[in-house]
Amino acid sequence: MKVRVKLFATLRNGRDKDKVYELNEKTKIKDVIEMLNIDRGDVKILLINGQDADFETELNDGDIVAIFPPVGGG
Amino acid sequence: MFGFRGTLLRVNLTTGEIKKEPLNLELAKKYIGGRGLGTKIYYDEVGPNVDAFDEKNKLIVMTGPLSGTQTPTGGRYMVITKSPLTGTIACSNSGGFFGAELKNAGYDGIIVEGKAEKPVYLSIEDDKVEIKDATHLWGKVVSETTDELKKVSPEKSRIMCIGPAGEKLSKIAAIINDYDRAAGRSGVGAVMGSKNLKAIVAKGTTKVDIYDKDGLKASLQDKMKKIKDNGVTGQGLPTYGTAVLVNIINENGVFPTNNFQEAYFEKADNISGETMTDKYLVRKNPCYACPIACGRWVKIEALNMEAGGPEYETLWAFGSDCGVDDIQSIFLANHYCNEYGLDTISAGATIAAAMELYQKGLVKDDELDGLSLKFGDKDAMVEWTKKMGKREGFGDKLAEGSYRLCEMYGVPELSMSVKKQELPAYDPRAIQGHGLQYATSNRGGCHVRGYMISPEILGLPEKLDRHTLEGKAEWVKVFQDLTAAIDSLGLCLFTSFALGAADYAEMLNLVCGFNLTSDELLEAGDRIYNLERMFNLDAGIKPEEDTLPKRLLEDAIPEGPSKGHVHRLSELLPKYYEVRGWDENGIPTKEKLEALGLKNI
Ligand code: SF4
Repeated sequence: MKVRVKLFATLRNGRDKDKVYELNEKTKIKDVIEMLNIDRGDVKILLINGQDADFETELNDGDIVAIFPPVGGG
Repeated sequence: MFGFRGTLLRVNLTTGEIKKEPLNLELAKKYIGGRGLGTKIYYDEVGPNVDAFDEKNKLIVMTGPLSGTQTPTGGRYMVITKSPLTGTIACSNSGGFFGAELKNAGYDGIIVEGKAEKPVYLSIEDDKVEIKDATHLWGKVVSETTDELKKVSPEKSRIMCIGPAGEKLSKIAAIINDYDRAAGRSGVGAVMGSKNLKAIVAKGTTKVDIYDKDGLKASLQDKMKKIKDNGVTGQGLPTYGTAVLVNIINENGVFPTNNFQEAYFEKADNISGETMTDKYLVRKNPCYACPIACGRWVKIEALNMEAGGPEYETLWAFGSDCGVDDIQSIFLANHYCNEYGLDTISAGATIAAAMELYQKGLVKDDELDGLSLKFGDKDAMVEWTKKMGKREGFGDKLAEGSYRLCEMYGVPELSMSVKKQELPAYDPRAIQGHGLQYATSNRGGCHVRGYMISPEILGLPEKLDRHTLEGKAEWVKVFQDLTAAIDSLGLCLFTSFALGAADYAEMLNLVCGFNLTSDELLEAGDRIYNLERMFNLDAGIKPEEDTLPKRLLEDAIPEGPSKGHVHRLSELLPKYYEVRGWDENGIPTKEKLEALGLKNI
C-alpha cells in the first residue's frame, strides 16, 4: 500500500519532508518512525489524515501521516 | 518595597501637570500588577461609561511586579484603556525592553489623562519627567520617530510610540515599542493618538529590589532548566519562532483560508516557520531577559533590508486568510504594520474580509483606484496595508476594522470577529474549547486570553480531543484565569508551555516577599477576569455577544482534514457560565463577586 509521510520542523533535518512510501499491510506508525530513524522521544504529535493518532495506529492505503516534534507558539 | 517600585506617574496632558503617587500595595497584592492592577485602577478612576476617544478616557501603562527583574521574560508592560474597536476593556501586552526600562526609571506604571493641545511626547529619565513638543514627529512612521527620539534622549533609552495609523485614529492601531514589538490589539494606539501623545521615552538607572535574592537565584536555575528542557520553549520556539505553528495548524485542517471560507491552505509550507528559518532568517530577536527568543529578524528582499519578522498570526492573517502564499510579501505587510503602527492580526483579517466583499460583488472596482482586491493577489495585499495605515482611498474604510467595514456594506456577518475584534489564526469549528474561549474572551476575538490550542492541538500539558465538549468549560476557565495572572505578573505567556501556577507563585513570592499559594494566584486571575467581565457588562456589552460569527456556527468546514465540523457553542456556553459562577444569563452572581472580594463592583 501507498502512504504519504510528512515531516515537520526539526524532524526534517536530513530526511525527506514529504514522500510517498510503499509499505506492507498492517504497518503501524511506530514502524514508519523506526524506518525513518526518528527517535520516539522526539515525536510529540501524530496525525493521520489530520486526525490525532498514536504510535500503535495501523495505516491504510492512501493515508497521509504527519509527524511533529514538540511545537508551540501563539 | 520589593518587586514593585512603589510609584505611579500621573500625567495630565490637558493641564501639563505631572505627579508621582505612591502605589497602593494592598491593592497590588489583590490584583498582582499589570493587567489586573491596571484594570482595577482604570475601573475605579474612569469606569465603563466613557467614549474611547473622549478626553476623559485614560491610558494606563502598567508593568508587573516581575517586569524588570531577572525572571525569564520579565520585560513586559500592558496598556489598559477603553477600546475604540470593541467598547470593552482593552489590555494589550508587549515585550521588547520598554517595560523593564520603565521599572528601572522607578515607576510601576503611568496614568495618562486628558489631551494635549498639540502633539507631545513624554520623556522619563529617572526622576526627571517632562512633556515635550512632538509637532515635528507627527506623521512620521515608527522607525523615524524612534530614531529621532533616540538622538535627543539619553543613551539606551527605550521608546514606545504610535505611527500614522494611531494619529489618524484607526480603530486597529497599535502601540509599537523597540521598533517592532507591539501592544497590538484593540486599538490602543488610537487612544494614544486621540490624546496627541506620540511617544513615551524611558531611561532608568536603578533596579527593582528583590526580597530574597539567594532564593530567587536558586529558583531561576530551576525555571531556566524547565524552559530549556521543554520541547516547545527549549527547541520549537527558539528554532522556528511562533511560525512553527503554520504547518501543524494547517495539517489539522483548522488554518483559516480566504476569510474563513476554508480551513486548509494547500501552499501553507511556503509561508511556514520551516521556510522562514531555512531561507530568510538572519538571527533571533529576543525580548528582555528571555531565554526562549522566539522573535525573528529576517531579510526583506524588496527593500534590501533586515527587519523584525512576522509571528505565526501575521503569517496567517496576510497569508492564507488573504489567500497569499508569498512569504516575502507577508514580511513586507508585517513591516508596514510596524511602521504605520497597525495590529497585524486585525489588519490582515480586515483585508481578507474586504477581499470577500469584493468576491461577492459588494465592493466594486470604482472604489479601488485601479488596485485589485482579489484573494491571492500578494502585491495588492501589501498596497492595501499601506493605504490602511495612511487612511488613503478605500484604505480609509479598512482602517475602521473588518466589522465596521462589513457593516458599511450591509453584511456585518462577513466580519470574522467577536465583539468587533478580528479572530486570530485558528478555525474554532474543529477546536471546540478554543471556540468557547474566543466567544468569552473579555476583549473580544483573541487567542491569548486562554490558549486552548495548547491542550487541544499541541498536547500541552496533556492532549485533549479537539472535537469533544466534555470538560472544555472547566479547561477554558483555568486557562483564562492563569493567563490573567501571568499577564499581571509581567511575564510572557509563552513561559506557560514550561511553567505552571506553582512556579509563578514561587517567583512572585521570592521577588515581592508575598506568601501566595498557586491557588491564590489562580484566584487572583479569577478576580481579574470577573472584574473585566463586570466592566464590559456595565459598558453595555451584552452577554448575547458571547458568540461567534454565524459562519462558524452554521456552515460546516467545506474541505480538508476537519471537513464537516461546526462550532457547538450553544452546548458549551451554559456550562461555562456555571463553572464561572455566573447566572444562566452570563452575569456574575453576587455570591461569586463577594467570594472574590469584588462586592463593591
Ligand atoms: S518568548 Fe518571544 S515574545 Fe515572549 S518574551 Fe521571549 S522573545 Fe519575547
